[in-house]
Amino acid sequence: MVLAALSAAILIHIQAFPKTPGQNVGPALFPGIIAAGIGIGALILIARGWAARVRVPWLTLAPWTRSPRHVLACLLVIGSVVFYILVADSLGFLLTATIMLVALFAVLQVPLRWNLPVAVIVSFCIHFAFYKMLKVPLPWGVLKDHIW
Amino acid sequence: MWGALGQAFAMVFEPYTIFVMIGASLFGLFVGAVPGLTATMATALLVPVTFFMAPIPAIAAIVTATAMAIFSGDIPGCLLRIPGTPASAAYTDEAYALTKKGQAELALGAGLVFSAVGGLFGTAVLIVAAPALADFALKFSSFEYFWLVLLGLTCAVFITSDRPLKGLIMLFLGLLVACVGLGNPAGFPRFTFGNTELLGGIGMISMMIGMFAISEIIRFAVDTSPPAVMVVEKVGNIFAGQWGLAKKYPIQILRGSALGTLVGALPGAGADIAAWMSYAMSKKFSKEPEKFGTGHIEGIVESGSANNSALAGAWIPALVFGIPGDSITAIVIGVLYMKNMNPGPTLFTTNPQNIYAVFLLFIIANIIMIPLGVLCIKAAKRILKVPRNILMPVILLFCAVGTFAINNALFDIGVMLAAGVIAYVLEENDFPIAPAILGVVLGGMLEENFISSMIKSDSNLLGFVNRPIAAVLAVLTLLVWFTPVVMTMLHKKVPLEEYIHH
Repeated sequence: MVLAALSAAILIHIQAFPKTPGQNVGPALFPGIIAAGIGIGALILIARGWAARVRVPWLTLAPWTRSPRHVLACLLVIGSVVFYILVADSLGFLLTATIMLVALFAVLQVPLRWNLPVAVIVSFCIHFAFYKMLKVPLPWGVLKDHIW
Repeated sequence: MWGALGQAFAMVFEPYTIFVMIGASLFGLFVGAVPGLTATMATALLVPVTFFMAPIPAIAAIVTATAMAIFSGDIPGCLLRIPGTPASAAYTDEAYALTKKGQAELALGAGLVFSAVGGLFGTAVLIVAAPALADFALKFSSFEYFWLVLLGLTCAVFITSDRPLKGLIMLFLGLLVACVGLGNPAGFPRFTFGNTELLGGIGMISMMIGMFAISEIIRFAVDTSPPAVMVVEKVGNIFAGQWGLAKKYPIQILRGSALGTLVGALPGAGADIAAWMSYAMSKKFSKEPEKFGTGHIEGIVESGSANNSALAGAWIPALVFGIPGDSITAIVIGVLYMKNMNPGPTLFTTNPQNIYAVFLLFIIANIIMIPLGVLCIKAAKRILKVPRNILMPVILLFCAVGTFAINNALFDIGVMLAAGVIAYVLEENDFPIAPAILGVVLGGMLEENFISSMIKSDSNLLGFVNRPIAAVLAVLTLLVWFTPVVMTMLHKKVPLEEYIHH
């Protein structure tokens, strides 16, 4: 566990170091202090991880990583948001949202006969609430000839 | 003052505000009762909607929804042995043990009644303490604010987390995120990598929606635990015997409420830590500690009032100094800034009607909790049967649209997703989230006050302790820093075996 934490920590910290800009004293001072703090913290964590290395396995995976369905569910949760960001403008909100929900319902084992109807109804409800009531400009995409 | 109070009444009892409060109550009760949805998540989900409201209804929605959610978190804890929110986790086993003894109504009733009592106690402290503190804080300069913010951050790392090192790293990460953008004293674009979206900094609201909602959805998606079984057939009269409990445990109620308010007011620690601490305290001071864990109501009475009083306590530093007392008020502060109700002592002098309205909202929320809570308990069976595999994807979609709604920017959805994934990974590896949130919220304030203090004192660090209040705050901060160090040193002298027994 310590090492799993460690690997995450190192990854983050390596990215944090080169970000410190060397500009004039004003704006760089604070990030400098922060970077130093993170660096020291990381070193202590690494040292602790090193000390515990003998007893702790290199990487402890949570039980869910052995179940393909759960791995897929996790990836789909992240993937569907990425999908939304990528295609919402061109495909339009209603279609994007429906596809996203259908995929997630499928992987979370919602009964098939519920899947599509619920996805469509929910998409329309959210569209109505945000587009009509709160006036958020959700994109129409391919449906823009049928704006209502 | 009376004029302002009248205005506050008018604002709160406007039909629209009342309508919002009822809606938010039902929403809060539902969110709290569904395991895996927390009170903080309720707040995060409300933000996109409150974005389109006037300030008072917006605050009303958050205050009522969170109060309800913290109470209704007790329901699945009692019936399923799964806490509905982390704030109920401390006494879930106890409540479930009572249910198995056939006393579910006693446990649920105590949860409801003493939640309301604790909430009202916390509100009373808020009403008394906040204006007094604000009066005092009017004299503060950048030196005092610098130390105050530093003290708050220090508390978040050392007091509220049992892993100070990881807490400290999280705090630094939060501060680092706060550095992004143009919003620093020099107006210099930092960490923007030439990206115009990053010039304005990382959107605090989208980040929090990610950290509190997306991470929970991921956690649900990978959850392998089998579904829990409900043991209760029917819940009887929940008010039977509550008066007797109040007469039997007056000190416990008072102690729980006081401790809860205090823990709530400490930056970084919220209702969940308040409940754990007061449950432990209740056991320690109880006349019958051996009964704890076997279905004994005493601990539920005490910690049930503690977690609701913590909610109000957290608003004290949030309103007076802009320092959030828990993760809910961290989001609230973001909302207040959006509504041009910037927290700080001047909020109490220039717009007292708004502050009075907040007080009123707290009182009303804790009173309407009782009838609505009864309804919720009656409907509990149905709420607990809501298919979460449908609910979670819908919440995910709602988060994406809600985040988009704040700036009409897809970029914010990306921020939300990244924050959610990072928060999930870090939490799975035992990094506490609270210090990072505080770092993000307070980073700008800390740097601004630090830099302007440096300029005022001509880069002389002694200037930081020249004013009496600043000096006291400085000593307090250093004390919190070094107490754990001294403690570990003392502990090392204790023989190893004894150390293990601790």
